[in-house]
Amino acid sequence: MTKPFGRREFMILGSTAAGSILLKACGSNPSTPTGTSASPVASTAASTTAAGNTVKVGILHSLSGTMAISEKSVVDAENLAIEEINKAGGVLGKQIEAVIEDGNSDWPTFAEKSKKLIDQDKVATVFGCWTSASRKAVLPVFESKKSLLWYPVQYEGQECSNNVFYTGAAPNQQIEPSVDWLLENKGKEFFLVGSDYVFPRTANTIIKAQLDAKGGKTVGEDYVPLGSTEVKSVIQKIRQALPNGGVIYNSLNGDSNVAFFKELQASGLEPDKYPSMSVSIAEEEVKAIGVDYLKGHYAAWNYFQTVNSPASTKFVEAFKAKYGSDRVVNDPMEAAYIMVYLWKQSVEKAGTFEDLDKVKAAAYGQTFDAPEGRVTMNPNHHLSKFVRIGEVGEDSLFKIVYESTEAVQPVPWNQYVADTKGLGCDWSDPAKGGKYKTT
Amino acid sequence: MLSGLVDGIFSGISLGSVLLLAALGLAIVFGLMGVINMAHGELIMLGAYTTFLVQNALKNTPLFGIYIFVALIAAFIVTAIFGLILERGVIRHLYGRPLETLLATWGVSLILQQFVRSVSWQLVAIVAVFCVLFFGAMTIVARRTDFERIRGWFLAVMLPLSAVSAIAVGNVLGATYKLAFTKEWFGARNVDVTAPRWLRGGLPVAGTQFSYARIFIIVLTIACVVGVYWFLNNTPWGLRIRSVTQNRTMSACLGIPTKKVDALTFALGSGLAGLAGCAVSLLGSVGPNTGQNYIVDTFMVVVVGGVGKLAGSILAALAIGTANYLIGSNTLVDLTAPIQPLSDVFAFFSTISMAKVLVFALIIAFLQFRPGGLFPQKGRTVDA
Repeated sequence: MTKPFGRREFMILGSTAAGSILLKACGSNPSTPTGTSASPVASTAASTTAAGNTVKVGILHSLSGTMAISEKSVVDAENLAIEEINKAGGVLGKQIEAVIEDGNSDWPTFAEKSKKLIDQDKVATVFGCWTSASRKAVLPVFESKKSLLWYPVQYEGQECSNNVFYTGAAPNQQIEPSVDWLLENKGKEFFLVGSDYVFPRTANTIIKAQLDAKGGKTVGEDYVPLGSTEVKSVIQKIRQALPNGGVIYNSLNGDSNVAFFKELQASGLEPDKYPSMSVSIAEEEVKAIGVDYLKGHYAAWNYFQTVNSPASTKFVEAFKAKYGSDRVVNDPMEAAYIMVYLWKQSVEKAGTFEDLDKVKAAAYGQTFDAPEGRVTMNPNHHLSKFVRIGEVGEDSLFKIVYESTEAVQPVPWNQYVADTKGLGCDWSDPAKGGKYKTT
Repeated sequence: MLSGLVDGIFSGISLGSVLLLAALGLAIVFGLMGVINMAHGELIMLGAYTTFLVQNALKNTPLFGIYIFVALIAAFIVTAIFGLILERGVIRHLYGRPLETLLATWGVSLILQQFVRSVSWQLVAIVAVFCVLFFGAMTIVARRTDFERIRGWFLAVMLPLSAVSAIAVGNVLGATYKLAFTKEWFGARNVDVTAPRWLRGGLPVAGTQFSYARIFIIVLTIACVVGVYWFLNNTPWGLRIRSVTQNRTMSACLGIPTKKVDALTFALGSGLAGLAGCAVSLLGSVGPNTGQNYIVDTFMVVVVGGVGKLAGSILAALAIGTANYLIGSNTLVDLTAPIQPLSDVFAFFSTISMAKVLVFALIIAFLQFRPGGLFPQKGRTVDA
């Protein structure tokens, strides 16, 4: 009787041990590449820690779970910026030390980890989040603790917090210009398809209002649960609603995109008759979906890897040198890279890490020669950014077919949607604040 | 109208066959052993990743056009071997304790998901060194007659010792070879599986288009079902599997090696999951979460079909697939257009999210009347 029990017990012990080793190895892995390839920086950082000569910043993204797909590469971009800044002498003479926390694609975890970063690690600021859901989850934490978050992803707008700097596009810097471009060049009839959560639903509300205002027509709208890969019925609806072709506006996120484009091609809806505009497909997604399925479709962003400027070339080369030549950069990564530099500039202008009111005041009007062009931080906590539309080409990169001549001013409160029409945001003026009537 | 109906039937069968292919392995494992294998989805994922590797290996060779067949065979073998390891290593110790298998296999599924995200040569080296040191030492020490007595000591010494030396070796190698060694194989992102040219596009029929990839999957599913039936009904091992399914104790008494049967069945079920993984890579994404997208649906199929009955699973998969499609698309709304209130109801449910809600509700209602599923097992062995 003892023997089988003993063996079983042993096997359980053995497998848990092996499992925990595996997990441990996994857990330590994301930081290893940085640790090894950035060894000179790490060693200087280590030596200066003793002298109390570092400043801690938090990085809060999902390194595991569904969203790890997108967020890991944003962490890579942030690490790249931190490494560059450290090599150039740091901020206010101090080396940046990143405290990386895993939000695990779980919104309460994001809130918990942000508390930990602020209270225990006492970080100067936090760079983080991807999904709007995670941002909404940490927002009360940052507001109640009067701390500061930098958020790098294009989003649906309708928010303007005093404790967040948004370096991704507001709807008027991505969605609205792309709809205008489609109306002008591709057609008046739109079918809207998106994942079933806050960003696509808000984005589609904006698009519908915009189409009504500009003489376009929404012929149909459908939502797919996040992660679902059975999209056949959506295709059938598109075919019914647009029998002779038309525009597909795609705000699907994650896995569903792959199934959607594979099914689109298999059902014979080719991009010449059914051009699609995507707002969540960038260089990395093209690689993951397969360029053969995406060729000829469009995407709207502020930055593409193919942007031809010295700053862009430098960014791409630095990234590839650090993480491997087969890696690509995309818009959220660029926004993440920018925000670390913008934080550095603001802190240097304010001359302090701790007094966030001074840092915020210093941030307004900061400019940076970003890979996308010269960007400016506005008093509404959003960046003026360039708008670009790209067509997926043979080489899985984007051919830029439209480019705004100058940076577009951000409008966080949407002016097409009735609820927020006439609202503005200006944190530099205490009388105005996050939501004031402009008219 | 005609095109809508033709399309509805084709799509329903097609969705059903994907579900069936994904659930076939689970139906066999669940039916025979009563093991609730939460890692089934991850076995599908492993099959999909195998397809990705085969595709990359055969890229730019003349074999690329038929890589999908090579991938099918490779996926079956890889996942079957992995299933065998899983059964031998974990599951056989937990037979008869369904809740614990549920938790253990769920743990396995989490480990596998994180494993494909983080796997690099460094990680492989660490795990390999650990296994060689730890299990090597165990094999040697286990020869001693007093092994039972010193086992506690052995574990306390060898576990940390092998773990530390494995991590040290991994870090040294990582520092030596840098990026080439520490770079993740797949990373957290999805990888692309592009079907060969002849599987892309579709066959135009009556105003609509049948996707070649979906036709391929329907044919593959039929082949798998026929193959499984043939195996169960016409081979000696199939006979043994069926007898163990019906009455494990009696079979053991009659000299059937039930342990071997268990291992074989689990390997077979895992292999079928691998085939499913290869198939779904043609339709959807291949990433660490691929398996999670299918696991709930496959359990639904097995439960509705009735545990232990393949015919039930087939019927359930087709029914769920067709219902999902008909409700989710506008087909039912159009069909019931003359009856206004009914058509309004269907219009309300005609998005993919809402269709799932309605299908779930229908399944719950169905299980109230037939708790055992479509084809419940009968006889005295049911409760055993």
